[in-house]
Amino acid sequence: MKKTALHGEHIRLGAKMTEYAGFDMPVSYSSLKEEHHAVRKQAGVFDVSHMGEIVVLGKEATDFVDYIFTNNVRKMTAKQILYGFMCYEDGGVVDDFLVYKHNDQHYLLVVNAANTDKDFAWLQKQNTFDATVLNKTEEYSEIALQGPKAEEILQRYTETNLKDIRFFTFDEIVVNGEEFLVSRTGYTGEDGFEIYGDHEAVRALFTRLLEENDALLPCGLGCRDTLRFEVALPLYGHEISKDITPLEAGYGFAVDLDKEDFLGKDALVEQKSEGLKRRVVGLELIDKGIIREGYEVFAGEAKVGHVTSGYLAPSLGKAVAMALVEKPHTKKGAELSVKVRKRFVRAKVRNKQFYDKRQK
Amino acid sequence: MKFPKNLYYTETHEWVKVEKGYAYIGITDYAQDALGEIVFIELPEESDELSQGEEFAAIESVKAASDVMAPVSGVVVSVNEDLEDSPELLNEDPYENWIVKIELDDESELDSLMSAEEYENMSKE
Repeated sequence: MKKTALHGEHIRLGAKMTEYAGFDMPVSYSSLKEEHHAVRKQAGVFDVSHMGEIVVLGKEATDFVDYIFTNNVRKMTAKQILYGFMCYEDGGVVDDFLVYKHNDQHYLLVVNAANTDKDFAWLQKQNTFDATVLNKTEEYSEIALQGPKAEEILQRYTETNLKDIRFFTFDEIVVNGEEFLVSRTGYTGEDGFEIYGDHEAVRALFTRLLEENDALLPCGLGCRDTLRFEVALPLYGHEISKDITPLEAGYGFAVDLDKEDFLGKDALVEQKSEGLKRRVVGLELIDKGIIREGYEVFAGEAKVGHVTSGYLAPSLGKAVAMALVEKPHTKKGAELSVKVRKRFVRAKVRNKQFYDKRQK
Repeated sequence: MKFPKNLYYTETHEWVKVEKGYAYIGITDYAQDALGEIVFIELPEESDELSQGEEFAAIESVKAASDVMAPVSGVVVSVNEDLEDSPELLNEDPYENWIVKIELDDESELDSLMSAEEYENMSKE
């Protein structure tokens, strides 16, 4: 199993570890709930070094990235970040990721750990442009500092005014005496930063942040999932996949069907004009219990979908889920039932934003 | 991690305590630790018949749902209803907080279970 540069720190901090995307990663250090609430109310720091970093360089880098991405890369300015999808011809998703624009000839794609190799191979295959694709994953470590106190904490270690790094932008700045790429992004619905740098520099920063800030907790993959879930951020393989398009999942805001061309555009345009047959919706349980990923959803006797992610949401104290459901059972307020082991529980369709984002 | 001596254990991390022909069934310290914070428990009902190796309850942590298997066969005579409102009791003291009390069908089934020492060795592997 692969280890990140922070692996030794996780062990030293007593983390519960698990295999994720080929890496030995922390699930939680103290308790999942405590870490979850720390990010909502104060701050938490995650090791996300397993994420993939793919660099695209060259004269036609903009044309190339715009061609493989559902969102509009041509409208990006330098130091801007854009979220979107890389789709197959049929509109299914290869991966969802962030594109960082350094300049017209230099982009950084930060992709899901489990998809890095697949994405890199796909990009190479699609590259008929005057551009070079490089997999730089092993050169970077990355941490995510998230929560309402993230800015205040990070500001102690840099001369750069962090207020100048606005939401979904980045800069290359000195923090703790070393150079990092710092972006105001995250996957939790809270304000915060993602910080990329050399392995040793990131390790030193991670350790120092935790040693000197009592309000900050180390956070594992467990609460990373509950946090993203509560604010309806999709997770590849759950809400989106090669079989679920971004439109079906409800992320049309990151799909620019008006731009000239991109991989998967024809299929998505067709899907939209014909009308979606199914959608990812929110479910709130009426009966007791918890509905989990994979559970089947019924309308009367008929199976009409499945749960893509489900939890007793820590910020709400309610059992809620996202589920891929066939129309017309996707209307808000519709009552469906979910098979939990041998019994059926009642659930109501609702919006999937279970918790309001508080990003700056 | 605790492994009380007077209990029988299963490979699926349940424990059994036998008292006056009745068996109390719960989950082990190892199990509660692996599950993390327990937030919900689905209990069987009184007079349900359990057979050895069959799932009879489900425990849900924030992360996941996990089945509880019957270590021995028997009829449920009592269910620990405190767990419905306070499932976290299983984290706090998994040996004090049994899940069900059953009337044993066949005491010889206990022979197939592990001793504290055997279970402790298995959990360390």
